[in-house]
Amino acid sequence: MIQTTAVVVGAGHAGLAMSRRLTERSIEHIVLERGEVANSWRTQRWPSVRLLTPNWQIRLPGHDYAGHDPDGFMPAADVVATLTRYAGLVGAPVRTATTVHALQAVPQGFQIQANDDLIDARAVVLATGACIRPAIPGIAGAVPPSITALTPFSYREPGHLPDGGVLVVGASATGIQLASEIRRSGRPVTLAVGEHVRLPRTYRGRDIFWWLEATGLMAERYDQIDDLTRARHLPSPQLTGAPEASTTDLNTLTALGIRIVGRLGHITGGVAQFSGALANACALADLKMNRFLKRADEWATASGLDGELPPPHRFGPTRVDPRSPLELDLTSGEITTVLWATGFRPDHSWLDIPVRNRNGHIRHDGGIVTGAPGLYVLGMPVLRTRASTYIHGAGADSGALANHLHSFLGSQHRSQPAASRAGAGRGIDDLPRPARVTGSELPPHYQRSAASRL
Amino acid sequence: MTITDSPVDNGVNVQALLGAREALSATPEAAEFTWRASCTWRNGTHSRSTVAGFTGLGAEQQHRTTYEFDVDHPECFASEDNGAAPVEIVLVGLAGCLTAGVASVAQLRGIQLRSVTATIEGQMSVLGILGGDPDIRNGFEAITVRFAIDADGSRDDLQALIAQSQKRSAVFDIVANPTKVLVELA
Repeated sequence: MIQTTAVVVGAGHAGLAMSRRLTERSIEHIVLERGEVANSWRTQRWPSVRLLTPNWQIRLPGHDYAGHDPDGFMPAADVVATLTRYAGLVGAPVRTATTVHALQAVPQGFQIQANDDLIDARAVVLATGACIRPAIPGIAGAVPPSITALTPFSYREPGHLPDGGVLVVGASATGIQLASEIRRSGRPVTLAVGEHVRLPRTYRGRDIFWWLEATGLMAERYDQIDDLTRARHLPSPQLTGAPEASTTDLNTLTALGIRIVGRLGHITGGVAQFSGALANACALADLKMNRFLKRADEWATASGLDGELPPPHRFGPTRVDPRSPLELDLTSGEITTVLWATGFRPDHSWLDIPVRNRNGHIRHDGGIVTGAPGLYVLGMPVLRTRASTYIHGAGADSGALANHLHSFLGSQHRSQPAASRAGAGRGIDDLPRPARVTGSELPPHYQRSAASRL
Repeated sequence: MTITDSPVDNGVNVQALLGAREALSATPEAAEFTWRASCTWRNGTHSRSTVAGFTGLGAEQQHRTTYEFDVDHPECFASEDNGAAPVEIVLVGLAGCLTAGVASVAQLRGIQLRSVTATIEGQMSVLGILGGDPDIRNGFEAITVRFAIDADGSRDDLQALIAQSQKRSAVFDIVANPTKVLVELA
């Protein structure tokens, strides 16, 4: 039996940031990691993947990017190296090769079964990540057995695919990157496109993430977003971390020779049927992108930056081929591979505590798990702000949750455990609110990065 | 959109819809609806369908009155033309659904509508249903809907209105996406 104050599950960027926050507050803890630090980046990503966010934005508590390429995009190996260095820098007490099998509520807090050990802790932070399993729709079972079915976890590179055509299902960041890479290898590619988020890689000479942060969009709090469920389930933006910082949208994919079709609906008798709503899916994405660019332009004007920045412009509408097919016979031999780029899910199935809703999602208020005082979740999309979806969001999130955890432990000390546990913790509105970034308050490295683009 | 002296009123009770969304998210079983119609053959290609009750909110519900629809085919199909053709009824359903969506979304976004007219067309070659060409499908090759909207909003606002109304339309989804259909003998 091991006893500690807090357990952090997962040694990715979020778990390590939390470890640093707990150390700052002298809260004894251990970090449990099923593999090694940055395990997902070591074992569950295809080799060519790069971060969507530029290097200058890779900020963690006590660590800013200090490399030579602030405007570049890290390949997976560099993410592993960065997080491994960070784990050492913050002295995170990581137990590697330690798989958590179960988490139970006990009178003193929580009991964790990890490998063959039982660990007692008063607080637990779930930082296992949002992308632990590929989300594959039920219709995958109807793909004819002659077809090779892959997920982004099993895909490595185009050279490993059978000869022939590839159907890529899903057009978020993963789908468009893989469709583009496979098409460039010479294979015919069909891309099934549902609702998606279109964004240019750069706008008016700056990376789109610069705009998302500068305009304050990234800092929008979860409790100020009209439709939080929708925000948390939004597909990742159509962006790649291409070294040349080029835009990859449906128009560039069409120009590469990729056939764009609607969302995959059913597979009946080996025939895939695609939605006829493709034109509207594209119109919605174009409208949404233009609303953001308008907001960006208004912010730039209000911030007095119009003199420094290239003039506003707009990108052409997504061109939808009116002859795009509604059906594709998967038994004809034309398609030999189906790649499911249909998103990822977290895995909290091992929790023996009733904190998940009927869809399997953890119920939480900005990372404070509902109905289980002392339990927290971190590193999830739009957890506390829109930035929470990205690595740099873990900084503010881990700080806020560590504050809450700290006061929760204090309130336990002051009263009986059973009584305090029900009412423990301050309301979320007591937590410090993330500052809204305005033009005059841009962090220095961020201005430097901006300058290097002009 | 413009700020007007009087509040925007398209006759849509947005608060009720938003309240329903919140309430039904908490009790998803009440959100399960079953819509029904019954159809009786009259003569030739003429039938009469009635719509009266449906199930929803955990109970049997009734329309204010029973609605009747005569369905037939035009005389050029050697029919008596006692009513609209079934394919036209589909167009009526799609146009009605999208138009309701335009009004609701406009209300929600504070856009005052003055007039909305949708013109809807579905193109098909009837060689499909006549069995004259195996490469031609039975259904529409394409459907086009053209909205003429007079409202207090920019063209971008109105584009967003019709995009959102498609996104939230049941009939648009039914028409644009595959749906399992089971037809059996009673």
